[in-house]
Amino acid sequence: MNIAQKTTKFLTIAVIALFTTVNFALNSNENNQGEEDGGKVNTKSEITAYIQHHLADSHDFSLFSYTSSEGERKHFGFPLPVIVWTSKGLVTFMSSAFHHNDDGHVIVEKGGLKFAKIHSKIYELDSNAATVSFDESHHATNAHKVLDFSITKSVFGILLASLLIFLGFTKLAKQYKTKAIPTGLGRALEPLVLYVRDEIARPNIGEKKYRKFMPYLLTVFFFIWILNLMGLTPFGFNVTGQIAITVCLALFTLVVYISNGTKDFWMHTLWMPGVPKLLRPILAVLELAGFLLIKPFSLLVRLFANITAGHSVVMGIAALMILLKTQFGTVGATGISFALTLFLTVIEILVAFLQAFIFTMLSALFIGMAVEEHEHH
Amino acid sequence: MYNLIGAGLIVIGGGIGLGQIGGKAMEGIARQPEAAGKIQTAMIIIGALLEGLAFGALLLGK
Repeated sequence: MNIAQKTTKFLTIAVIALFTTVNFALNSNENNQGEEDGGKVNTKSEITAYIQHHLADSHDFSLFSYTSSEGERKHFGFPLPVIVWTSKGLVTFMSSAFHHNDDGHVIVEKGGLKFAKIHSKIYELDSNAATVSFDESHHATNAHKVLDFSITKSVFGILLASLLIFLGFTKLAKQYKTKAIPTGLGRALEPLVLYVRDEIARPNIGEKKYRKFMPYLLTVFFFIWILNLMGLTPFGFNVTGQIAITVCLALFTLVVYISNGTKDFWMHTLWMPGVPKLLRPILAVLELAGFLLIKPFSLLVRLFANITAGHSVVMGIAALMILLKTQFGTVGATGISFALTLFLTVIEILVAFLQAFIFTMLSALFIGMAVEEHEHH
Repeated sequence: MYNLIGAGLIVIGGGIGLGQIGGKAMEGIARQPEAAGKIQTAMIIIGALLEGLAFGALLLGK
């Protein structure tokens, strides 16, 4: 189990523990779940698995699924291309070839190689193996991971967001050539651009230097905001809740402010004037740790944890529909769950904007610290 | 189990911190309504920094 999974699991547990209603529902339902499903399925663990599956990246979009009266599992969604670099070079196929199997039982043969999907990771089977065999700790013994360049759900989300940003803003930019005031979509985007400029860039970076950083700040703001909003659609994107994405965004900010640091900034970081000489090396270590580790870490953790927690809570509340069925009946449970989910989703719309704003704001603040020029006394 | 106690302590600490920030900001806005915008921005920044601290602790706790 990798760190991201562990953390999501822990956060899910922490968040669920905070909501006593959910906790109550889970506990009170453990006793009477056996009758409905013949004791085959543990509702609680199935919901946890479902939430974890949603939070992780996957190779296809699954909108919903159900078990038909013949006992057949039906899935609705659409597949995405799998692009892997194997021992025999590049291999591509559609993820529908796996038939929504995620535990390595469906073997796909392509380009003379056999592939299996285990927990959303593509494995290449050894040449003499026909099926995947597992050891006690559930690790595949005769298959290994391949370099995965697939267009997964998150990659698709990033491409879609980039396309939307590109189309929206080229349209806005073109309008300024012919009109004084933009029309249509541009009229909605212009105030946001001005907001980033006047409320985020100008006060934090300073009147003289803010122009240079506007493209970066605008890109980061709209990228995070649009992806956060896309996460609230039924397609179930969870891009800004992937720790890899937030690490990359924080690294971009790190590179931007480190590479634009002025002489004054480096002097104040490494050899702080105005304090006793003995203290200066200690201060230098603290300042360097702050700028290279703590500031980017807080940036990436905040975004990741907020979006992950938000998605977990919304899905947990949606699961009340099933958990409260025995107490309130189908209609009552659905009503309660719908009302709470609607309420939380509205809050999530606010959080989507707030997190994009805070990421951009703190990036601008850190850049402002790095490009500041001090007056020498 | 201990993780959950730790998570609870973090949430208590973060709650106290956020309460202080929010309360003081409201006092400030009540005294000087014309500075509301500036106070709000500063409040959100401090809140975000505190949140980063709390989330960092939650992640490191596990």
